[in-house]
Amino acid sequence: MSESKKYGLLIDYEYCTGCFTCQVACCQENGWQAPLTGIKVMEIVQDMPRDKAYLTFLPFPTELCVLCAKRTRKGLDPACVKHCMANCLTYGKFTDLAEELEKKPRMVLWSPL
Amino acid sequence: MNETTIVKTTTWSAGPGCHGGCGVLAHIKNGKLVKIEGDPDHPWNQGRLCARALAMTQYIDHKDRLKSPLKRVGKRGDDKFEEISWDEAFDIIEKKMKKIRKDFGPESMIFSMGTGRDIGPWICMLAYAFGSPNVMFALSGNSCYSPRIAALDTIQGDYSVFDGAQWLEGRYDNPEYEVPECMIIWGYNISATCPDNLFGHWIIDLMKKGTKIITIDPRLSFFASRSKYWLQIRPGTDAALALGFLHVIIKEELYDKAFLENFTDGPRLIRKDTGKLLRESDLISSGSKDNFVVFDQISGLPVIWDTSKQGYRSKEDSQLIQEKDVQPALIGSFEILLPDDSMVTCTTAWEKFKESTNAYTPRAVEKITLVPETIIIKAARFYAKAKPASIHWGVPIDMTPEITPLCHAIASLWALTGNLDVPGGNVFSRPAFNAVAYALPGAEGVIKLKDPKQDIPRIGKDDYGPFNEFIWRCQTDKVIDQIFSDDPYPVKGLWMQTCNPLSGIGMDPKRWQKALEKLDFIVGVDLFMNASLRYADIILPAATFLEKEGVRSWWVPLQTINKAVSVEGCRPDIEINFELSKRFDPDFKWEKIHDLFDEILAPSGMNFKELSKKGWALPPENHASRPYRRHEKGLLRKDGKKGFVTPSGKFELYSTLRENWGLEALPYFKEPPFTPISRPDLYKDYPLILSTGRRSPAFFHAEHRNIPWLRTLDPDPVCEIHPETAEKYQISSGEWVMVENWVGKARFKAKVTKIVPTWMVMATHGWWFPEKKEDPLFKTFESNINMLIPMNEQGKDGLGAPIKHLLCTIRKETEADHV
Repeated sequence: MSESKKYGLLIDYEYCTGCFTCQVACCQENGWQAPLTGIKVMEIVQDMPRDKAYLTFLPFPTELCVLCAKRTRKGLDPACVKHCMANCLTYGKFTDLAEELEKKPRMVLWSPL
Repeated sequence: MNETTIVKTTTWSAGPGCHGGCGVLAHIKNGKLVKIEGDPDHPWNQGRLCARALAMTQYIDHKDRLKSPLKRVGKRGDDKFEEISWDEAFDIIEKKMKKIRKDFGPESMIFSMGTGRDIGPWICMLAYAFGSPNVMFALSGNSCYSPRIAALDTIQGDYSVFDGAQWLEGRYDNPEYEVPECMIIWGYNISATCPDNLFGHWIIDLMKKGTKIITIDPRLSFFASRSKYWLQIRPGTDAALALGFLHVIIKEELYDKAFLENFTDGPRLIRKDTGKLLRESDLISSGSKDNFVVFDQISGLPVIWDTSKQGYRSKEDSQLIQEKDVQPALIGSFEILLPDDSMVTCTTAWEKFKESTNAYTPRAVEKITLVPETIIIKAARFYAKAKPASIHWGVPIDMTPEITPLCHAIASLWALTGNLDVPGGNVFSRPAFNAVAYALPGAEGVIKLKDPKQDIPRIGKDDYGPFNEFIWRCQTDKVIDQIFSDDPYPVKGLWMQTCNPLSGIGMDPKRWQKALEKLDFIVGVDLFMNASLRYADIILPAATFLEKEGVRSWWVPLQTINKAVSVEGCRPDIEINFELSKRFDPDFKWEKIHDLFDEILAPSGMNFKELSKKGWALPPENHASRPYRRHEKGLLRKDGKKGFVTPSGKFELYSTLRENWGLEALPYFKEPPFTPISRPDLYKDYPLILSTGRRSPAFFHAEHRNIPWLRTLDPDPVCEIHPETAEKYQISSGEWVMVENWVGKARFKAKVTKIVPTWMVMATHGWWFPEKKEDPLFKTFESNINMLIPMNEQGKDGLGAPIKHLLCTIRKETEADHV
């Protein structure tokens, strides 16, 4: 398989705690004024059988996400990845992230650009 | 200078608002903060940083920052203030407060603070320099952290926290460390990150390393969804659940027998006639009240446990008996001869402790807590069998009137399962290097009253045992009472520093408002204008953590706060309090602030400059402030003996101090004051359990509503309602509703969600509206859940308050609500 040049964000939503760090980190890095942001955390209360529920948080890169090009050019992680309190965001090449994706469930690979 | 410089420092207090500890890199350009990042080299946060710290650029240069001292020129509560110079402000404060001291005594000034931040030591410094012992944490029943600390000091001599390897070089990779197999998360939600001098997301690190979670929470939290067992408890019944766990663990003999025999007071004899400890003074007239008695199975005789020597001896002999020659009975009933030749029947503390759990069968506990019997049994077994296992508890533990018996039961869980001070368990937390700045409960620091006599008038000290023994604060409910009663002496003035009782920390805030109206002189120190400051005579603008120097020794590591920037007009709390301390106390001990820092840091062998250069330091091996198994190594007690810093030297299943205070010495559950069970009369009209205080990642209590990046995350005061309940009350998501009870009412935006059970609503706290400038009080009573919470419901030891479990009803708001 030829190596992809495309980069993305791997989100391990099993461990996203909904702390919103990524969102504010993005605003600081990219100068977005509220409510604009390059990544948004969604709360998903999943309905389960027997009237139970399951709580998930999912960070979603918006149309404004530029994958922190200025940072990644310098070899740094995007601001959201750097600060994530749960270490549940990974930035990298699609080929590498896809390998990670195989290793555990409850992950999603975003391709914002 | 167009270059960007990077200053390494530590978060604590104004700014993120939290209990601090994170290493940050502050990027400074032309004297301004342009960016803040987590310090990747720092062992605490390892490069991570929360939303509130990341929003510092919007905070520090906010247009509404207070930037000049202000003097009130209108009525109290009005918005009429004029700018004055710092010199004039200090002169007025000095003159007014000295007059109060002369006319009414120094204790007539109360020094009030909010949550546990670096202001703690500096506010004590000021109060003590003035001569007042009345330092107040303004929450009813002092119900945040102090009660838990005092409760653990009572029975195990030191506080303890879950072990996330925070004490060790290399953290989780240190070979000394073990990842807990199980963690109980008791009343704590992670999204708001960090409580009680711990980094919340360490728990996520541990989960990724295999730790399985048991969650005790009425709400479907992050942890609840990811737990092996989720115990959806009825608020306020935690002690019954803990006793239920103990019931299972004792019945199935899942406890650590060696710990029970060697390190608890299990063998101590308890008299059946009085229900109290059999003391040496009961056996011999010249005997000490501080020594206790066990029944030796080898000699068939009672033997004295000499607490000053931490050893056994016969009642006739002062020589200690070798430990191997005594076999104290843990169970049984014993006839003991008293000096008047009568016999008294005794049993052991372990028997009494077991007895206290008897009624709490899993079935009985299900009825009380609503947690299914089978889940209680499975969770208790899993926790007890997991090695190691730890418990992390949140502030809801403090927010119930019978907090000490609850802590007693929970602490007995980690002790009896052999998880106390072991890797991956609950480990004793002492300030790093024993560098103690001020009088935290249980620890006297560098900053203290000059003369113990000055402590005599401290409010609540003589009413409540823990306040006399461990907690060097006044009892908050008593203070408010005394403001109105002037009994036993008048309260005339209030120093209110980064503490906003009308919007956040004050229960029954209208009562606080009346109290503020009654006082002669109030000084407010804060960063932004708020409702409480409108009652101040003088307002002083304080600084964020980036604008000051400080030291932090709250557990580990030992750290300095290093100044990164200045904001014109603002001054750090410590500089304000240091200047006034010098004015109030001609013999004030320290010349310069660094002299004070150096004295605090002295036990580490470093001074402020040295530590500041180094950044942080962890205590060395075999230091009393570093785990593990310190009770086995004789590192906890001053005499170097094995054991704990309790009256008996043991982990006390039966509390000597509680008995001395005239309180129940064993753990118990008592139905809280306002529940469907205790108040069926109120429940008829208010058929929903009201809980409050669920954390928001955007805010620290009443702070941050004015920071755009944060407010947008959580824009409105929200009340969570289950869909079935919402349907019953005909309420839709996003509608404004009134939550009300017999104390008062408040307005919230309905969030219809299955996160809460049908029988409970969760209303968020700390709400006021900095943007509603047309109201001098920023509509602080409009959506303030404290309007529904009474004061004066503290427990028998002065601690705790019913903040997590009241009753209420809900309805759509009407036009009439706005009149």
